[in-house]
Amino acid sequence: MKPENTTRIQFDSLSVNEGFARGAVAAFLARYDPTVPQMADIKTAVSEAVTNCIVHAYPDRVGPIVLTVSVYPGRLVRITVADRGVGIPDVAQAMEPLYTTGNPEERSGLGFAVMQSFMDGVRVASRPARGTRVTLTKRLAAKGEDT
Amino acid sequence: MANVSFSAAGDTLYAYLAGEIDHDAAQTLRLALDDALVSRGPRTLVLDFGGVGFMDSSGVGLILGRQRRAQALGGTVRVQHAPRQLRRVLDLAHIPCMTEEGGTHP
Repeated sequence: MKPENTTRIQFDSLSVNEGFARGAVAAFLARYDPTVPQMADIKTAVSEAVTNCIVHAYPDRVGPIVLTVSVYPGRLVRITVADRGVGIPDVAQAMEPLYTTGNPEERSGLGFAVMQSFMDGVRVASRPARGTRVTLTKRLAAKGEDT
Repeated sequence: MANVSFSAAGDTLYAYLAGEIDHDAAQTLRLALDDALVSRGPRTLVLDFGGVGFMDSSGVGLILGRQRRAQALGGTVRVQHAPRQLRRVLDLAHIPCMTEEGGTHP
């Protein structure tokens, strides 16, 4: 299926760009008039995916993050967050709630749990030393439809 | 971007958080909260999220980290006044949140 509208942005894996990334997604989707809770869900999921790139994909260097947002017919939103970082050796393990390789004092290990809970679909493709691509999907409620 | 301001009542310290709490902001907030925990040594640290418009799981890490720090110093941490979007994130971590009226959210 061909998207109705797409944007793609690339930015450095700096934590100051977390707010930029979710703000850019929100600005792009604003014209589709999502409900307030749906917009909050999408912003939170994007923030988790981008933070994963910054903390885990590029643990000791700054690298590129490519974020793509597409809107398909039927108000289906598809967001990909891709990096060229270290990759995830065991994706199933990484997606388990509370699993974290970050500092356990400060990282909750809930990033993927939040994405799965707040989006309709989460897919992760990763290759060690090549990078990771997280694909998030959510269907926006029809205008006037209550969620 | 987020900030925190403090007010004390007896041996309770209130930390009023405001802004957007992500991994970036959590690093600054952690330093401010740990500094207050060590210098003031409250029995209870109340984290008030009433002014927070956005929070991802970095906020959960921030809360759990402060709980560990407070416990090591003989105190406890309470969470209150989190808006709806934040409570959904807190629920995933089973962190209870107090309401205006003093109960917990369902």
